Amino acid sequence: MKKLVPFLAACFLLVLSSYIRPLAGYQVGDKAADFKLKNVDGKMVSLADNKSTKGYIVVFTCNTCPYAQAYESRIIALHQKYASQGYPVVAINPNDAGIAPGESFAAMQARAKSKNYPFPYLVDETQQVAQTYGATRTPHLYVLTRQGTGNEFKISYIGAIDDNSEDAKQVKTKYLENAMTEILAGKPASTSSTKAVGCGIKWRKA
Amino acid sequence: MNPVKYLLLAAAMLLVLPSQAQQVALIKLPELQKRLNRKTDTTYVINFWATWCAPCIKELPYFEQVNATYAKQKVKVLLVSMDYASQLDKKVKPFVLKRGLKSEVVLLNETDPNTWMDKVDGKWTGALPFTLIINNGKQKRAAYEKEFTQPELTAALQQFLK
Repeated sequence: MKKLVPFLAACFLLVLSSYIRPLAGYQVGDKAADFKLKNVDGKMVSLADNKSTKGYIVVFTCNTCPYAQAYESRIIALHQKYASQGYPVVAINPNDAGIAPGESFAAMQARAKSKNYPFPYLVDETQQVAQTYGATRTPHLYVLTRQGTGNEFKISYIGAIDDNSEDAKQVKTKYLENAMTEILAGKPASTSSTKAVGCGIKWRKA
Repeated sequence: MNPVKYLLLAAAMLLVLPSQAQQVALIKLPELQKRLNRKTDTTYVINFWATWCAPCIKELPYFEQVNATYAKQKVKVLLVSMDYASQLDKKVKPFVLKRGLKSEVVLLNETDPNTWMDKVDGKWTGALPFTLIINNGKQKRAAYEKEFTQPELTAALQQFLK
């Protein structure tokens, strides 16, 4: 028993240390792992739940980041535009509420309600999904396309929504919408990976 | 000059100095690139931050401390604000003044990160805070997309001062 305690402590540290930094994450063309995360309505949500979609627009976002807030209404508009074309938005909050109390599940529920989110807003409590996908900031978007009729998805686009976070009216290039036009036509996106500034994800400390 | 006048002058200079510290230049990408590519044996610590970024604000004092700790060595800190240019007078300048920041502060006045981020550093995915340590004379460069603790920043900088 005395030997077991340090062993368990070492295991615990090993598990914790895997939370410190994100792994390399996905590139465009990679197979995307499904997940099972709790929605603000308390129900668990997976990509496999809805068999009728052609794919998903997975958005790592959060409550408090000014960039996430600046893009919030644009993310809602993306869902309104693309859900009917087979690509609904799934929003995931990867921030550790222990570090950022404004990211708590209750605060997520309040935000989703006050802004009338038309899509699920999931909590990535272990931060495993954000790490697997390689998300580093909020907002950080991934377009997933279903392969055939099963529940296998591939990454079609990673990155930014557009070229102007401050003012939607000043946007000149809609990176994600341009990619979606090609993806919906069954073609690979010609610009499939873009960069944006965002809030670093609040990773749980060891 | 009599001692009273000298003291008055010294006091006046002290009053003037803080107002100089609040100057924050708006710069475009080419100006930033020029800074990143200086061929000198000075080690530059370039921290990308924003007034709205809590972890950035937490680590700012560590960068400020670098100036004092390495005052006699060729080390220079540059704080690059990623706030919107429209917030320069409203947020950034008052913040710099309130914190009494001694490091040089500039604001990168560019809107589309997808067009400039790779030109700053290919390893940067866009999260803040982000820090570069560069010594072109020694052909050394390191990128950190993370929040520093003070010992971590010291250790990272030591690699350049050996």
